[in-house]
Amino acid sequence: MEALEELMVGSAILLGYPAKDAEGVISELGRLLFEAGHVKESFVQAALDREMSLPTGLPLMGGHNAAIPHTDVEHVLKPSIAFATLAQPVNFHNMVMPEELIPVSIVFLLALDQPKSQVGMLQEIAGILQKPVLIENLVKAQSSEEVVEIIKNRADTQ
Amino acid sequence: MVKKKTILVACGTAIATSTVVARAIEEGLEERGLYVNIRQCKAAEVPSLVADADLIVATTPVSVDKDIPIIQTLAFLTGIGKEEVIEQIVDYLKD
Repeated sequence: MEALEELMVGSAILLGYPAKDAEGVISELGRLLFEAGHVKESFVQAALDREMSLPTGLPLMGGHNAAIPHTDVEHVLKPSIAFATLAQPVNFHNMVMPEELIPVSIVFLLALDQPKSQVGMLQEIAGILQKPVLIENLVKAQSSEEVVEIIKNRADTQ
Repeated sequence: MVKKKTILVACGTAIATSTVVARAIEEGLEERGLYVNIRQCKAAEVPSLVADADLIVATTPVSVDKDIPIIQTLAFLTGIGKEEVIEQIVDYLKD
């Protein structure tokens, strides 16, 4: 697998994005991946549909929560990750308990093109989600370069 | 020799989440010297696969007719309560 930071698309990193709701941030990140040529036009709607039926909100250990929207591989041209921190948290439904809403401030939109080959990608992201310090650093990041650096150096952060 | 138990690991679309969970369970159990069969599937496939399973671990809601323990948890994604969930799995596998 390519290193996680190499899957990040520079033009699809948004900091302090003023999303109104979950749909808003998924649509914008998906649009940016489409413009970068990484996903098909059908990706955004597919990701929105999937989020409706199988939500991806994840309550984390620190003060921030995350969501990892993704969808079926057929909508993806090239595996990649879009990323956003939000100006104000927006509600996502909890993956394991969909009736519960959780305020999310960090979003990884995953474009996966083969079911098994991207396990490493998700495993690495799970590793990030399990480190509150990394999440805090990502929330505070001031530039897309900084986001990529934090992710690249994630192993050095406890 | 005791027959290996089977854990069914289910997530929404079986794209990657269930694999991450399956590996984490495998590691956690191996550290305790326990070896099991792990089968991954989509939540929607659970009813058709449940017959051969001893335990279900899912990251999304699942419902089945069979009397079988179900653990619904995000612990293997978020790290919250991971050790406790492994202990819970170990307990279920003892029976």
